[in-house]
Amino acid sequence: MFSWLIDEWFPGPEVTAVLLTMTKLLEWVFGVLLLGVAWALMTFDLLDLKIPGTYREVAWPMPVYLLVVFGCYSLATVGYRVATFNDCEEASIELQAQIMEAKEDLRRKGLKM
Amino acid sequence: MTNRKGSQQSRDSDKYSVLLPTYNERENLPLIVWLLVKYFGESGHNYEVIVIDDGSPDGTLEVAKQLQEIYGEDKILLRPRAKKLGLGTAYIHGIKHATGNYVFIMDADLSHHPKFIPEFIEKQREGGYDLVSGTRYRGDGGVYGWDLRRKLISRGANFITQVLLRPGASDLTGSFRLYKKEVLESLVERCVSKGYVFQMEMIVRARQLNYSIGEVPISFVDRVYGESKLGGNEIVSFLKGLLTLFATT
Repeated sequence: MFSWLIDEWFPGPEVTAVLLTMTKLLEWVFGVLLLGVAWALMTFDLLDLKIPGTYREVAWPMPVYLLVVFGCYSLATVGYRVATFNDCEEASIELQAQIMEAKEDLRRKGLKM
Repeated sequence: MTNRKGSQQSRDSDKYSVLLPTYNERENLPLIVWLLVKYFGESGHNYEVIVIDDGSPDGTLEVAKQLQEIYGEDKILLRPRAKKLGLGTAYIHGIKHATGNYVFIMDADLSHHPKFIPEFIEKQREGGYDLVSGTRYRGDGGVYGWDLRRKLISRGANFITQVLLRPGASDLTGSFRLYKKEVLESLVERCVSKGYVFQMEMIVRARQLNYSIGEVPISFVDRVYGESKLGGNEIVSFLKGLLTLFATT
């Protein structure tokens, strides 16, 4: 699936084209993989960079933090949008009035309902 | 609502075809046509209304014929089909007979008010957009007749869709839209979904094909007052459609 990564290590036009035509699913897989690799590198110090223990302790629970933050953001956003969803009272009143007007006018023009 | 007159900048060469797919809309059809005639008359844009009736047993076609006599055969076109065949094919059928270079699609049940049409046209001209979508979720847009449950489902579904698909439009399931005719043609050909998902697929494919999208806030007056017509089946088919688009676009 990602053979182009091996063929084309450097982003040439081919890679750009693949990135542009990726489905949303592939974009997500790609993004999660990138984050996952970065997380594993930090947490398990896979590159042997002698990352200090404190950093690794912060990195270790990061996926859960991110999920919780995203969950809170989602709930807050949806909640706010539900609360501020416009009730178009006046649109309904206007429509009702226009329906009466239309019916009368159409009857005058000879429409048999 | 804002009611700016667009007649000053009306271009004679532009013509707007309104596609109205109907099924058992005997009560509503005369009213929607009356409103269309009123607002197109006030704004001075060139237009035609194409009624695509799918063999309604309630006599919608009879009423449509009377309307044709009242408003003229150049304004009201009847392109009926023998039976109910789905929205996508109704649009294809309608486009074939449309003489305008722009096409409006909207519901005939009065949930979409023709008073917004001049705003759609103005918006389209302002940015040269390939399509202009009405939105219930932005600015002065909104709904009438939805309870808390319905609002929550709607907002929740919209949020999930925005996160997964990033479609570049705020109202994906709305069906009050203005298209350049050739844009609508190319989109309809590609879309295979049914129901709510059809409108969503149209706008997602539009983004995929790099068409430009403008938005106009609209008020949506639900004709089923009080009670909710969004059941479990609709939600399941919506999620299926969403995941299909997620995996394929």
